[in-house]
Amino acid sequence: MHRRLDWRAVSWQALTLVAAGLAAWWVLDTLFANLAARGISSGFGFLSDTAGFGISMSLIPYSETSSFGRAFLVGLLNTLLVSGIGILFATLIGFAVGAARLSRNYLAARLAAAYVETLRNVPLLLQIFFWYFAVLAALPRPRGSLAFGDILFLNNRGLYLPAPEANGPYFLLAGAVLAIAAVFLWRRGAGVATLVLSVCAIVPLALISWEIPALRGFNFQGGMVLIPELLALAIALSTYTAAFIAEIVRAGIQSVPAGQVEAGKAIGLSDRDVMWRVVMPQAMRLIVPPLTNQYLNLAKNSSLAAAIAYPDLVSVFAGTALNITGQAVEVITLTMLVYLAISLAIAGMMAIRNRMILAEDGSL
Amino acid sequence: MKRHAVWLRANLFATRPQGVLSLTILFLAGWALWSIAGWAVFDATWSGDSRDACSGGGACWAFIAARSRQIIFGFFPQMEIWRGGLAIGLAFGAVLLLWSGKLRPGARLGAVTGLLVLAAWLLSGGFGLPKIGTDLWGGFLLTFVITIAGCLAAFPLGVLLALGRQSQLTVVRILSTCFIEFWRGIPLITVLFMAAVMLPLFFPAGLEADKLVRALAGVALFAAAYIAEVVRGGLQALPRGQYEAAWSLGMGYWQTMILVILPQALRHVIPGLANVVIALFKDTTLVLIIGMFDFLGILHAALSDPAWLGLAMEAYLFAGLVFWIFCFGMSRAARALEHRGRSA
Repeated sequence: MHRRLDWRAVSWQALTLVAAGLAAWWVLDTLFANLAARGISSGFGFLSDTAGFGISMSLIPYSETSSFGRAFLVGLLNTLLVSGIGILFATLIGFAVGAARLSRNYLAARLAAAYVETLRNVPLLLQIFFWYFAVLAALPRPRGSLAFGDILFLNNRGLYLPAPEANGPYFLLAGAVLAIAAVFLWRRGAGVATLVLSVCAIVPLALISWEIPALRGFNFQGGMVLIPELLALAIALSTYTAAFIAEIVRAGIQSVPAGQVEAGKAIGLSDRDVMWRVVMPQAMRLIVPPLTNQYLNLAKNSSLAAAIAYPDLVSVFAGTALNITGQAVEVITLTMLVYLAISLAIAGMMAIRNRMILAEDGSL
Repeated sequence: MKRHAVWLRANLFATRPQGVLSLTILFLAGWALWSIAGWAVFDATWSGDSRDACSGGGACWAFIAARSRQIIFGFFPQMEIWRGGLAIGLAFGAVLLLWSGKLRPGARLGAVTGLLVLAAWLLSGGFGLPKIGTDLWGGFLLTFVITIAGCLAAFPLGVLLALGRQSQLTVVRILSTCFIEFWRGIPLITVLFMAAVMLPLFFPAGLEADKLVRALAGVALFAAAYIAEVVRGGLQALPRGQYEAAWSLGMGYWQTMILVILPQALRHVIPGLANVVIALFKDTTLVLIIGMFDFLGILHAALSDPAWLGLAMEAYLFAGLVFWIFCFGMSRAARALEHRGRSA
């Protein structure tokens, strides 16, 4: 628009830059003066110091003698774990509720609408408290556990599950690889090969020996346990986010023109084929970007863990580690950087996907 | 009668599986409603001095009733409660006035500002009234203060950021974009932690900001980034002709934006702005993690009162109902406003 050099624009920008630079310099200067005055050392050296505090749940070996860096990693992995579980179930519930909202059955549609309107209009933190303090805390003690088929036990100390023994991971991996191959063949339409592969996939899964939790004394021994903090957080995150996903799915499905459905039926496709081969592939284009946004929100919301002491990144690192070291600036910066990195990585992936779709449309 | 039968047949009993599904839902929903009503209404205890008063086997609402003053006003001094009540009333009035569309825009803005300044004076005191420290503010009052003050501070900043992100000036655009993406990329709880433990380190010695003010600053910056993205959507949706028409009339940048572009763009994004306000209202609950007693925080804290142990279900259901009424009400009000804007 402006061909010649616009001196007004240039001077405005120079002014903004200088103002921003001065503000940053002033803030940092005050910060270092304050740190020096309070005798707080700066830098990330503390990460290799001994942490000296315990963490109630860890996916990697951790003890009080581990370093702060290790505690950071434990918190990060716990954040990723609860986010992963949350995303899986939020997607399943969200798609089911979203489809139910469009059901021809009046009651099913109203029920789904009530679910959405109830959950998304109540603060997530309140829902986490509800599950943790009102529901899970009210469960019976280990002796009176709710048992599901004598292998799952639910009580106020958590959910006890059978755990695969030492050989487990290898068989699990083999089974998963075969199962994925079977799904791949099924999509290609290879019937007999799929059947053979599926049977093969079950064999390694059946060979895994499971250690079943059993009541000894006052508590269960063996198996693995999902602590109540993890359960409450995962339930609240997935049901809350599912309400938003349901609305996205509904909007996506409704955006597909009715003519597409009619055309599908006209060439003799079954209702299921119309849904999965005509409607969904087109709806997914609209669904995926806001859906990714919801996944990001869920990951960020998992930081509410701090309120019920689930040992996630914020609660372990920005909570306990910060209190012990007092290095607020480094700890908060590092915590924010983790979330920022996750957000930017996913945003970048979405941008690439958008460009691919645009390129695809252009070639039509 | 026939019409009802046709409707039932089409919507509930179209096919046999549909009929089974309908009956199952009816049965389960009826049973759930019946047991909830029994617990929450028929068998409930509504008044009493301690847990022992609740022997009916139903909900113990006496707990909420006994704590109602704290739930609404926090630790506000007993003598000054009227100021808290009046301030909440004035703020409600201001919001309603803003929403109703009565009065000319200029007069409306003036009246709203006046009401809010009056409310702020009543709350904090000074000028003849005894001062009340913000550490005594709590309960629903605090939730309300954070929501309204957060929105007021975030809105102008958000609009400026949206304009900055659309600016022709590269430096302004890049700075705005970085700022917006930073705040959108991090969880609010880390912002509040920052406000609570890290922000004091950035103030020059001797200058100390109130904890509530620091939390508000964090909330406002956070909300501003989300408002900016909503407003940007509205700016992008306007046809280029609007900009060109304004320029051809000889308007400068700010004239174009304030008189032509923003009035139209903001009307387009009312639903998005309402969503940000509702999200902010829900997110105020997070301040309890940094030790402030908002509506949820004070109920949560009341649960550890030895006279009222084991009432988590009642406390959270009550809080949930109140939040639900406000959030649902706000989304409906925004929808009405949007329709009014369209027909005008």
